[in-house]
Amino acid sequence: MAKDQQEALFQQRVDDEQKIEPRDWMPDEYRKTLIRQISQHAHSEVVGMLPEGNWITRAPSLRRKTVLLAKVQDEAGHGLYLYSAAETLGVSREQLIDQLLSGKAKYSSIFNYPTLTWADIGAIGWLVDGAAIMNQVMLTRTSYGPYARAMVRICKEESFHQRQGYEILMTLCKGTPEQKAMAQDALDRWWWPSLMMFGPSDKDSPHSAQSMKWKIKRQSNDELRQVFIDRTVHQAEYLGLKVPDPKLKWNEQTQHYDWGEIDWTEFNEVIRGNGPCNRDRMAARRKAHADGAWVREAALAYAGKQAKKKAA
Amino acid sequence: MSNENPNNWPLWEVFIQSKRGLDHKHVGSLHAADAKMAVENARDVYTRRNEGNSIWVVLADNIHASKPEDQGAFFDPADDKVYRHPTFYPMPEGVKYI
Repeated sequence: MAKDQQEALFQQRVDDEQKIEPRDWMPDEYRKTLIRQISQHAHSEVVGMLPEGNWITRAPSLRRKTVLLAKVQDEAGHGLYLYSAAETLGVSREQLIDQLLSGKAKYSSIFNYPTLTWADIGAIGWLVDGAAIMNQVMLTRTSYGPYARAMVRICKEESFHQRQGYEILMTLCKGTPEQKAMAQDALDRWWWPSLMMFGPSDKDSPHSAQSMKWKIKRQSNDELRQVFIDRTVHQAEYLGLKVPDPKLKWNEQTQHYDWGEIDWTEFNEVIRGNGPCNRDRMAARRKAHADGAWVREAALAYAGKQAKKKAA
Repeated sequence: MSNENPNNWPLWEVFIQSKRGLDHKHVGSLHAADAKMAVENARDVYTRRNEGNSIWVVLADNIHASKPEDQGAFFDPADDKVYRHPTFYPMPEGVKYI
């Protein structure tokens, strides 16, 4: 079949809301975009374990520690679901990990911010996971089958993450003035980076139109960001915390919040590798990978021996 | 997908039966050194919330699939056999339980 015919058939299938499956014909650019997006998403889950892992040994109670440990385990699982989906596109796990460790692949810039206090763990669950959920719920309807199915699985698990974070902040906000100040400080530091998670503004997002046409994305960055703000402001009000945006104001006419401007210079700097923790995060990942090398080798050697024994 | 580097753990496809009586359903894949590790890792990543009653793992290389590009011709034999469906046989108004 001629290429333009295949392309038309592919687009027809997408337009008809049929999923694209691994062995189907797909445009090279569709495959490349998906590999990039899914692997970035996977890397984000994996690197995302680091800022929270930082607090597992210092969680204030056994209950909090158990919960945080379960959440971080989930992130590892989410990373796996996503790597697994990316591998169906013909890229190997080894290549994906190499791309992360060599710095070639990106991950969500949010994980390059430090977790300075316990309240940050609350803010991450509430805001960071909250923002991720908005994006992931949209992606349950993405056109690539394995990606969509991984997202369904992830979304089922993600809502506990957001709730446990909000619960941490509720507890702090009902506590001493110092504890409440700690919660406010966390919101002050995490609010804007969380809004950046939705990516560049639509007018500066050149690949968005193609991704929408292929139904990889179903809603624009700015649309999702606005819904997130509209939902989250009330949750902040309930906590008695102030969103750090002097321009934030309900707009009767649009029925949405008006809000200020994201510092895109900061966003670009963090993406370029100059955020507060970029070097730390990469160093931790590289060390973990290198330290695990002997385990991977030993397991393979053991499996080889067992197989030989069985054959004998 | 095949695993090109023999120094890497092979890829296993994972199938989970969520309840007794239901079929095993494909849920994703993982890398593991051997079948035992694959089953244990599948438990840890795919059934953290009691989603599973039974797990199958199969080396991805051992799965052979039909080709989507031949889909039309391949499934063609079933296309013109409407008589395999009950609706092919009109039943009179008054006849029941059939």
